[in-house]
Amino acid sequence: MSVDKTTVAKIARLARINVSDERLEPLAAELNGILNWIAELDEVNTDNVEPLASVTGHALPMRDDVVTDGNRLDDVLSNVPEGASGFFVVPKVVE
Amino acid sequence: MSDLLGLNAVAAREALDKKAISAVELTTAYLGAAEATAGLNNYVALTADHALAMAAESDKRIATGAAGLLEGLPIGVKDLFCTKGISSTACSNILKGFVPPYESTVTANLWAAGGVMLGKLNCDEFAMGSGNETSAYGPAINPWQGKDKVDLVPGGSSGGSASAVAARSALLATGTDTGGSIRQPAAFCGVVGLKPTYGRCSRWGIVAFASSLDQAGPFTRTVADNALMMTAMASHDAKDSTSTQTPLQDLIGAVGDGVKGMKIGVPKEYVMDGMDSEVVTLWEQGQAWLRDAGAELIDVSLPHTKYALPAYYIIAPAEASSNLARYDGVRYGMRVDAETLDGMYEATRAAGFGEEVQRRIMIGTYVLSAGYYDAYYLKAQKVRRLIKGDFDAAFQTVDALLTPATPSAAFPVGRKIDDPVTNFLNDVFTVPANLAGLPGIAVPGGVTSDGLPLGLQVLGRPFDEASLYRVAGVLEQAAGFTMTPARMAGGAA
Repeated sequence: MSVDKTTVAKIARLARINVSDERLEPLAAELNGILNWIAELDEVNTDNVEPLASVTGHALPMRDDVVTDGNRLDDVLSNVPEGASGFFVVPKVVE
Repeated sequence: MSDLLGLNAVAAREALDKKAISAVELTTAYLGAAEATAGLNNYVALTADHALAMAAESDKRIATGAAGLLEGLPIGVKDLFCTKGISSTACSNILKGFVPPYESTVTANLWAAGGVMLGKLNCDEFAMGSGNETSAYGPAINPWQGKDKVDLVPGGSSGGSASAVAARSALLATGTDTGGSIRQPAAFCGVVGLKPTYGRCSRWGIVAFASSLDQAGPFTRTVADNALMMTAMASHDAKDSTSTQTPLQDLIGAVGDGVKGMKIGVPKEYVMDGMDSEVVTLWEQGQAWLRDAGAELIDVSLPHTKYALPAYYIIAPAEASSNLARYDGVRYGMRVDAETLDGMYEATRAAGFGEEVQRRIMIGTYVLSAGYYDAYYLKAQKVRRLIKGDFDAAFQTVDALLTPATPSAAFPVGRKIDDPVTNFLNDVFTVPANLAGLPGIAVPGGVTSDGLPLGLQVLGRPFDEASLYRVAGVLEQAAGFTMTPARMAGGAA
């Protein structure tokens, strides 16, 4: 499998990263280098092998459904690039 | 005492308890060392006032007999750890100016044990790299030099940590290891670095790269120092759902236990094409050292070893693409304004993330995208199980594995490589342990003909760090590694 310019533009869009037109071609070449190398995995027979997502071997622990933290508005907003009246400010999303 | 920087952590603890030195004196010496070696660029922030205040508190506790395990010891912190009230950026422009209102569990444990924070250490951006060259602060430099005196990388991603411990501008340092980011720089800089079992150290408050692989661990000058720092770092933490409740072994006691009767595996698949012959020689020497100390050396096979790197370069970018989605210019960090919300995201992330990080996010996005998930991500997770199965089988017969830490010694800063895959090969011996969640330690074993350090790696069963320290202790003693780097604070000994 390999990616072309159009696919790279689509990936960039999904990843929400601006990529200039002139970067698309070189980026496709870089990504293809990696993807071709990754394709080595096709040699491995993984029939009937369960995927491994976690090595801990135990189920995630449950905790009591209680509030453990809160009332920290100032902390939450202390690094905000743009805020107003205790809210995060973003460009307008609804007309 | 004149040679404060010459004391290892265990010796410094003794000197502090005997009041032969004070924590303020020790911290002052390290702050001076960090300034004197500033050219190595291993610190991204030196927090001198904070350090001296902490050291003064340490002196008070020592005076009242209330000293903690790391009381008064100066520690550098990889910039990936969030430190309350102190800038924490993961060495990325997208987090420039971020000041966390909370402290990571690991660093909180270190301060609770009496450790003194010197400052924040350089690393690859979001820990993505093997040479500390992707940092937004520029590369950290290895204090070791070959005969040509060219600047070498300290390894990565925890390059600043390894460089500072080797240069004696930090007595101890924290690192994180997702694919080798503690063990590879430790080997490149001639220091000791441990990646604990996955789940041993809390990941809470550490900037996430690949959550199923990330583990924090200690960088130190000696194996005994490492066991000391590790004992203070580890804890069960309800804030990290993968944090273990398995009790910590007596790591400090294990260091001197020797390897008599231990079975040590030598995996045949760790002989790689193009491997430096001096690396092979050191590996054989390491086997001989352990045999002489009473261990039984056994050849073992880990047949899926060669597939670990490609599997890693699917799994790690996939997790990274998800983890790094949070950097969106809304709640913290950099923001580049645009007309629309999506436009703001895209402009912010393009300006804030460096080239390597963008590349990995895009690979991760691609392998998780509709139509490719099974072929890439699921396939890699299946291979991951086979790799873990190889180790499980080997540990039926052996107590630990001995391998080289890296396929070569440190390489020059700015080495031009067009193919990103070649850079990935630095992690060929370290990545499998992350995929399997196993503990691994790198110990300096010797130097190349060019005078650069090489390391040996010991891998162990999950939650058996004690066996690693037993083996590492024997290797350290047999190697008698006393060489010091050219660009060390206070000059070479």
